[in-house]
Parts: sequence; C-alpha cells; structure tokens
Amino acid sequence: MVEVRDLHKSFGDLEVLKGVNLDVKKGEVVVVIGPSGSGKSTMLRCINHLETPTKGHITIDGIRVDDPRTNINLVRQTVGMVFQHFNLFPHLTTLQNITLAPRKVLKMDANQAEEEGLALLAKVGLADKKDQYPDQLSGGQKQRVAIARALAMHPRLMLFDEPTSALDPEMIGEVLSVMKQLAIDGMTMIVVSHEMGFAREVADRVLFMDGGVFIEEAPPAEFFGNPKHERTKAFLSKVL
Amino acid sequence: MTYDLGVVRRYLPFLLNGIGITFRFTVVAFVLGAVLGLVVALGRIQRNPFMRLPCVWYTDFIRGTPLLAQIYLIHFGLPQVLGYKPVGWIDAMVALTINAGAYIAEIWRGAIESIDPGQMEAARSLGMTYSQAMRYVILPQSFKRAIPPLGNEFIALLKESCLVSVIGLEDLMMRANMMSGRSFRPFEAYFTVALIYLIMTLGFSRLVARLEGGLKRGRS
Ligand SMILES: Nc1ncnc2c1ncn2[C@@H]1O[C@H](COP(=O)(O)OP(=O)(O)O)[C@@H](O)[C@H]1O
Ligand SMILES: [Mg+2]
Repeated sequence: MVEVRDLHKSFGDLEVLKGVNLDVKKGEVVVVIGPSGSGKSTMLRCINHLETPTKGHITIDGIRVDDPRTNINLVRQTVGMVFQHFNLFPHLTTLQNITLAPRKVLKMDANQAEEEGLALLAKVGLADKKDQYPDQLSGGQKQRVAIARALAMHPRLMLFDEPTSALDPEMIGEVLSVMKQLAIDGMTMIVVSHEMGFAREVADRVLFMDGGVFIEEAPPAEFFGNPKHERTKAFLSKVL
Repeated sequence: MTYDLGVVRRYLPFLLNGIGITFRFTVVAFVLGAVLGLVVALGRIQRNPFMRLPCVWYTDFIRGTPLLAQIYLIHFGLPQVLGYKPVGWIDAMVALTINAGAYIAEIWRGAIESIDPGQMEAARSLGMTYSQAMRYVILPQSFKRAIPPLGNEFIALLKESCLVSVIGLEDLMMRANMMSGRSFRPFEAYFTVALIYLIMTLGFSRLVARLEGGLKRGRS
C-alpha cells in the first residue's frame, strides 16, 4: 500500500534522509523508533508531502505522491496524520474540529458530518465533550480528538508522529488503547513512537532509524529479543 | 494666560460639527484599509515573488513616507501626470485608505504569522487546500489576535485624519483653523480641538481595552 524508494531529503546543506526504503502492506502496523533527530518525522512528513522529497519515490495505493501532477489534496484526504502536539483548531469545538474537513473538503452534508463526528467522539470515549473547546481538554483527550478528526476523513492510512510523547504518563494509556483498537479494526498504520509496550503488542514490524536510514527491521519479538545491530542494541538499552 | 470660555462656548457647536467628517473619514478609511490590508498581507506571505514583491513595495513605500506627502501626491502631484481632476474629499479618502491599508497589512501579517505552523499542517494534512486552510483555520484565529493592534491603528488613524484639512476638508482640525482665524483666539481654538481629539481617543482606547479583556476571558 505504501512504497518508499530511496527517499532523500535535505534542508539546505543538512541531509536528513539518506535513502529510506519502506514497504507497508494494507492492514499492517509498523512502528518506527530511533534517536531524536534521526529523521523519523521528516520521513512521515514526506509520505503525505508536508515536505517535498529531494530525491526518491513515494507511492500510496499506486499513486505517486512525489509526482507534481498528482493532486496532493486528494491523496491527503485518504492519509490521516496525528501530531505530537495535537494541532487541534483552538477556535472550534471538538465536534467542529472533527466535522470541518468532511464538510469543507468532502462537501459532506452538515447533519451527516455531525452524526459521523459524534460516532467518532463516542469511539474515542469523548461523546460528552462535543461542545468543549480544545483548551478545556487534557492532553490525552486532545490527542483522542485529533485521532477522531483524522478518522473523519475515512483514511486508508494513518501516520502517527510520537502521539504520546507530549503527554503526562497517566494519559498515555488512553491514547494507546484508541490506537490499538484502530489496529484491530484493520487500519494501516505507520507509527513513530517509543512506546515499546505498544510496539510489542500491536506492531507487525518494528523499524529502527538512525542517521537518516533504516538500519534494522524485524517483527517485534525478534527486534526486541534479538537485535542485530550494535546501534540498535545501544539504543534499546537506553530506552528500555 | 487665559482660556476664554466664552469664545469656546460660542465656537464649540461649530467645532463639533467637524466630528462628523473626521469620523467618517476615519471609519471609511479604516474599513477599506482593513480589506486592502488583508489582501496585501495574504500577498506578502506568498512565496511567488510576483505576488509578494508588489505588496512589499507598497507597504514599504507607504510606511516610509509621510502621510502629508502622500495626500499632496494624490491631490496635486498625480493629477498632473495621470490627468484626473482632483476632488478633495475623494483624494483625501483614497490617501487615508492607502495609508491605513499599509499599516493594517502589517497587522494582519503579524497576526497570521503568529499562528502556530502546526495549524496549517494539520489543516493541509486533512486534505484542505491552501485557501481552505487559510479561510477556515488560520484567518479566524488571526482575526482575534489582530483586534488589539487594529484598535490602536484606528486611534492613530483618527488623529492622522486631521491632515485631510490641508486640502480643504472641513474636519475637526480645519474647523479649529477657521475658529482661530475668525475669533483671533488661536489658543482657545487649538487647545479645545486637542481636547476633543483626546476625549475621542481615550474613549476608543477604553473600548479596545474592554474588547481585549472580553477576548482574554473568552476563547484564545
Ligand atoms: N524544516 C526544517 N528545516 C531545517 N531542518 C529541519 C527541518 N525539519 C527537520 N529538520 C532537521 O532534520 C533533522 C531530523 O529531524 P526530524 O525528522 O524531526 O527527526 P526525528 O523526528 O527523528 O527526531 C533534525 O536535525 C532537524 O533539526
Ligand atoms: Mg520527530
């Protein structure tokens, strides 16, 4: 479903991605880990073209994301993204946050958008918060709304960029359980996260990025139980 | 030093009659300038130099030259080369609007640029076009942030509008000139008109402060 081939990305003189290759099949959940600054966010942002690759190809469902002739807005409608800092729209209520894109982008009828929005809020356990504004919510609640907002577009792929790393520890679980349910429901997911418990339990594969390339990938049991690379071992010994 | 209240009382209605023109010029230039300023601000943040550079030149030129020179240029200078017939109130209105537009453009731009870039990214990642993201996500948040500086700009414009008197419009300032000439009491004329401006600007400052307070209590 997702194919990344020889992806390079530079910011000025700084080469951040140095030839990333990645294949994700439909329904697969891959977890990406790696030290800060290794290029994990940049890779995710290239996948939905928030960043323009310097070189290489990215294909989602057979559509070349990096082709200038591709209508990137159409691609993004089917690729949900969840950010570390939520990026909820502070001037809108939670329900409005969720219904905005379906109404304006998909031209969905307002009643239907609300109905679906309420169902999504219920799904993430926040049905009672529909009229609250983001600044009235806790971090965990904000992130669950952000997930619901992305799901409202009926995405076929979800990208998560360290969705729990800005949260207080006691709120991490509620977000991870929403993500886990999503995985069980068959969503294709690329998750950048250092939640090893989640990776072990939910991931089909774990990938380790360092210095702008993937240097190791394996199913979680093997990845955590028997890492091959020295750098993977060193990293795991620090975070576990 | 005397402040002859009798003279003041006699001329006060005449002076106050100028408030209408002062106020109309200020409000119209402010509203038109706000629209012009928004267009210019949106142009200025584009990467495309054909959209950005004219907006930069415009704001730099206006903000770097005196309003008085701009009024004279539009009323006396340009008619000579462009061949239009100078009309005082139109030229004054155009000059004030163009002037306000440049300052307000910088207010809009500041407000837009103060919005976390994550907002644009979140909107775009949902499939919104740039214009949709601007319209539904960025601008509504920018408007709220722009209100306090816009209030200040309105007050500045109220004072600066006195320059329309130089091309003969009977605003507050012009009427003070006339009062001074007719009564031979320049102190009473100019001190009184200064007080009238002060009362108006203080009134608006308080209004803006209340609006701001209301916003702080409401959603950010
Ligand atoms: N827009 C940008 N401009 C310049 N440098 C950037 C930009 N975005 C990221 N970088 C740099 O790219 C490197 C990788 O960043 P990132 O992809 O965020 O890493 P990670 O998510 O793995 O921590 C960092 O050194 C960061 O400073
Ligand atoms: Mg990152």
